[in-house]
Amino acid sequence: MIIEQTKPVLEGPKGDASPGRTDEPIAPGAVRASDAPAATGRETFVINLGPQHPATHGVLRVKMTMDGEYVVRAEPVCGYIHRMHEKMAENRTYAQFLPNTSRIDYLSAMTYTHAFVGAVERAAKIQVPRRAEYIRVITSELNRIASHLVWWGAFLLDLGGFTPLLYAFDDREKILDLLEGITGARLTYCYYRVGGLYNDVDDAFLNGTRTFVTEMRPRLKMYRALVTENIILRKRLIGIGPISAEMCRRYGATGPVIRGSGVSYDVRRLEPYSVYPEFDFEVPTFPEGDSMARYLVRMEEMAQSLRIIEQAVDKLPAGPVMAERVPRVLKLPMGDYCYAVEAARGRFMVRVVSDNKEIPYRVKLRTPCLSNLSLFEEASQGMLLPDALALMGSLDLVIPDIDR
Amino acid sequence: MATENQPNPSAVPTPPPASAPAPGASAPAAAPLPTPTPLPNPLAHLPLPFQPVDFLLRGYHVDASVEGGQAVSAAECLAKEGFALDTITGVDWMALGQMEVVYDYFHPTRVLRAVVRARIPRDNPEIPTISGVFPGANWHEREAHDFFGIRFLGHPNLTPFLLPEDATYHPLRKDFAL
Repeated sequence: MIIEQTKPVLEGPKGDASPGRTDEPIAPGAVRASDAPAATGRETFVINLGPQHPATHGVLRVKMTMDGEYVVRAEPVCGYIHRMHEKMAENRTYAQFLPNTSRIDYLSAMTYTHAFVGAVERAAKIQVPRRAEYIRVITSELNRIASHLVWWGAFLLDLGGFTPLLYAFDDREKILDLLEGITGARLTYCYYRVGGLYNDVDDAFLNGTRTFVTEMRPRLKMYRALVTENIILRKRLIGIGPISAEMCRRYGATGPVIRGSGVSYDVRRLEPYSVYPEFDFEVPTFPEGDSMARYLVRMEEMAQSLRIIEQAVDKLPAGPVMAERVPRVLKLPMGDYCYAVEAARGRFMVRVVSDNKEIPYRVKLRTPCLSNLSLFEEASQGMLLPDALALMGSLDLVIPDIDR
Repeated sequence: MATENQPNPSAVPTPPPASAPAPGASAPAAAPLPTPTPLPNPLAHLPLPFQPVDFLLRGYHVDASVEGGQAVSAAECLAKEGFALDTITGVDWMALGQMEVVYDYFHPTRVLRAVVRARIPRDNPEIPTISGVFPGANWHEREAHDFFGIRFLGHPNLTPFLLPEDATYHPLRKDFAL
């Protein structure tokens, strides 16, 4: 499998003796004790990273207590772009709240709207036509690749490499053009509707998607040769920011973070939704738990998304894209309903509590970035500041996703 | 529905469990009928009142209603089973004078989602923290404190998380008008 191919990459550079680094691969389940000086009576100082710092990708503030170049404590301070989506949900109908869900994680809007319409469809027992589910899978996976490309470019920008960002945005542009053609939006899509889709896809989209898949594969190969096997990148990532599977469990970290710690947790597999069980794809996992493992998971995931898209386009069934009887006024039966999806950053879950009225009684949005960031304070202890930033970048944070 | 291609362990739809929230002052319509084919309860060996729920209808597999004081022991039980904390949130049942605290758990390697709920008095919403069991609960509890004013006893740092540091309001309480 792919893990075999990447083994030479993971062996890593030798002979870097700076503290806080190790060339040994991190055993799964092991939390490495840091070599860095602890705050034992030594003078520390506090620096504020953000809320307007380019490395925080938005408005995250991290209060960092430093001992020289070493992090003693890094405390994220959240809420700078809190918008109270959950209160908004209690003041409008289900259909009216739908556009909000694409503004939580603006980089994976498709999967987020999928979770919300999925929860409502589950509660109202609406059968979604198979063609609609296939198109949902195609667009969600395209969205996942676009999201990973933004992460890839921005992460390498954090590490000091400017060029890959331009390549990544070049590829992403093709996805945005494809999705704009069918949804009318380039970022905050509201394409899924309760019961199906806003409209059907045309031949231009399907042919464009086929072309994109064939064009993207050599690009991924090129990225591998150009960036992934680059010695500077490997020195920055291998052995840096180890996160154990146990730490992921205690903090509820999901997505590429937990898969980079060797746990094959993917909502598409463990809580299968939509038509994902009909596709042949692998869930890439890397047991090392370091920043490189999380990097490789996302790179491999893009290839797997291409596989899913290819199969879905080939097998796309004919038929309607909207369920026949979707009530104009949706009143869900009493009770609470959950629907989880595998978003680009991990598990996104919507919990809808209904009291049989037109507006939701309560909507809870469980976002992956909040749980993924919450382990940063523990994971970054004793790291060098630039390594801590590499760790933060490898978590792939989208701040509005945390703040909601 | 989205999951039509999934093998359904129980083709018979189950009525909502007794622990499903009863909104407002209105009572549930009818007592749940006994199901002919009971769902398997994968957590029956735990000392918690877990009820099996049809995943295809609800999105989770087991559901338990506990007393507020049992939240920590429930978390410890589930941590031993290898569960991870999904999220913690509240639901304000103003008409009943109750505050519901909902703990969602997922299992990283099994197809199993568990929900634990506790109802506490709305005028004095206090419940012990589970951040000693799951450190990830720290932020979820701070958020639930922001939004609902639920006080998590023993929490190491129950300061505003998403709201401004001088916020004195709890916007998801039903009496908080826009």
